[in-house]
Amino acid sequence: MRKKLLFKKGNEAIAEAAILAGCRFYAGYPITPQNEIPEYMARRMPEAGGVFIQAESEIASINMVYGASAAGVRAMTSSSSPGISLMQEAISFLAGAELPAVIVNIQRGGPGLGNITASQGDYFQAVKGGGHGDYRCLVYSPFNLQESWDLTMLAFDKADEYRIPVMLLGDGVIGQMMEPFRPTKYVRPRLPKKDWIVNGCKGRAPRVIRSLCMGPGELEQKNYDLCKKYDAIRKKEVIFDEHNVDDAGLVVVAFGVAARIALSAVKELREQGRKVGLFRPVTLFPFPEKRIAEMARKGKRFMVVEMNAGQMVEDVRLAVSGASGVTFYGRPGGVVFTPEELYKKIKAEYSRKK
Amino acid sequence: MEKTFARPRSLKTVPFRYCPGCGHSLIHRLIAECIDELGIREKVVGIAPVGCAVFSYDYFNFDILESAHGRPPAVATALKRVMPQKIIFSYQGDGDLAAIGTSEIIHAAARGENISVFFVNNANYGMTGGQMAPTTILGQRTTTTPGGRSAATEGYPLRVSELLATIEGASFIQRVSLDTYGEVTAAKSAISRAFRGQMEGRGFSLVEILSPCPTDWGFSPKASLEWIRTAMKKVYPTGVMKDRDKGI
Ligand SMILES: Cc1ncc(C[n+]2csc(CCOP(=O)(O)OP(=O)(O)O)c2C)c(N)n1
Ligand code: SF4
Repeated sequence: MRKKLLFKKGNEAIAEAAILAGCRFYAGYPITPQNEIPEYMARRMPEAGGVFIQAESEIASINMVYGASAAGVRAMTSSSSPGISLMQEAISFLAGAELPAVIVNIQRGGPGLGNITASQGDYFQAVKGGGHGDYRCLVYSPFNLQESWDLTMLAFDKADEYRIPVMLLGDGVIGQMMEPFRPTKYVRPRLPKKDWIVNGCKGRAPRVIRSLCMGPGELEQKNYDLCKKYDAIRKKEVIFDEHNVDDAGLVVVAFGVAARIALSAVKELREQGRKVGLFRPVTLFPFPEKRIAEMARKGKRFMVVEMNAGQMVEDVRLAVSGASGVTFYGRPGGVVFTPEELYKKIKAEYSRKK
Repeated sequence: MEKTFARPRSLKTVPFRYCPGCGHSLIHRLIAECIDELGIREKVVGIAPVGCAVFSYDYFNFDILESAHGRPPAVATALKRVMPQKIIFSYQGDGDLAAIGTSEIIHAAARGENISVFFVNNANYGMTGGQMAPTTILGQRTTTTPGGRSAATEGYPLRVSELLATIEGASFIQRVSLDTYGEVTAAKSAISRAFRGQMEGRGFSLVEILSPCPTDWGFSPKASLEWIRTAMKKVYPTGVMKDRDKGI
């Protein structure tokens, strides 16, 4: 029997998937284009027996998530770019205290107050840390609502598995669009027991959750321990998607909604017999650098397409390491390119003499 | 022979490493005694601030969660909401609560969160070396008000308890001091009252404690208590600022 399809707004798909994945605490502060998430949570969370709080700021929201997570509850917040900037100190605290959390960023145009249209300008912030100190977030980038649904569920599992903050990096298009998708059932994997939570020391020794490490060598060791975790994530958690890259001379690299638009351009060029492929990182950290390096060694050229002034392109260049050519096309400032525009740009790049 | 004075179970058996004469040690002890007397040690989760008392996790013998600077009321809100049966308190200095964390404390009070807040007013930033706090009194010399705090340039001291007492969501607010034996006894009663209020589901309570910081004030422990009496209490009178049950 075919499972019924769901038809929802992107933001609502994320919120419902979170609830089904066992999220029982949500705190957030209004900001466009993600308001449907807190609005949906305000309705659904009490039904599910969880807690919804409209906080006084994004700073309070993320610190509430920190508290709920320390009590062992699956917790999430969502915002859009300026709000995510405000959360950075606490995200660093989550990483330092090794607390799981899911943070959704439905990006809008920046810098500053920017605008409220879709953008990918927060790639650096999401992938390179954003807050202070040596830490990483696992970052997922959905490109349709099916992925928004599935990756939200996965985000909670990975946050618990590694005890890290996990970010779902969407954008205004992914948040606002509606399309049908399969409401995959949430199946809870085997996860380590949460034997670190603070919920009163009945029948056990008192626990402390902290990120302050003042002992000699203590903080360095903690950082090495975190590095081990990030190395394991680099080994095991890379997800990417490819279309027609095997025989392609030019591989378009794009994530999220930019990849979705690029895909239709790439398909059209393929139909005309042009050997163009699309490579789409689904995890932005860990970045699929090995696969890109492998393609570079085979002599493929790359064209990175982003809705920003050029951010992921730096990671592609690092992965390629001079083994092949990398060019960039982007539209910053909350401009969503059209398939025709990308078609022309990719076609020109494909035809360009090396 | 009956032992009538012992270390509370809620304190670990390690000596305090706060400065000699510091109020934090005494306040830790009062909180620990109240928790023992109420029999709630195994239900308590305390929140350590950023400030000298971040190290409270070395001394309290129950669960502790460290928080970012100023954010304990947000952290406490979540802990209490997801574990309504547990007893949640935040312990915050005046930089933590009255400067960087003003938004969090006001909104936790406004929401009427059923938590207990212990607010240590030592009129400066202890941990960072004695800079001006919002609670620094006029004329008080600190490392960032070398000529003494002046209303013209630094404005006026913030009376947190009076401010929070205007908030409908707050159920119990009292300012206490540590400068005399009688005041210490009153401080303990207020702390106990704040915990009992939470256990009875009465909502937000806060106890502000005027507390000596001899190191950064540059006074002896004894002179520090004298300064609380003669200078601080003029700006920060002790007493119950709000008690919803008694209509205060
Ligand atoms: C975001 C941030 N800003 C500043 C600091 C530095 N800092 C550490 S403790 C402190 C003030 C502590 O003063 P108070 O809250 O009055 O506590 P006390 O040490 O006096 O007990 C500051 C500003 C910090 N850790 N984090
Ligand atoms: S600096 Fe002040 S507040 Fe900090 S431990 Fe010393 S006396 Fe106490």
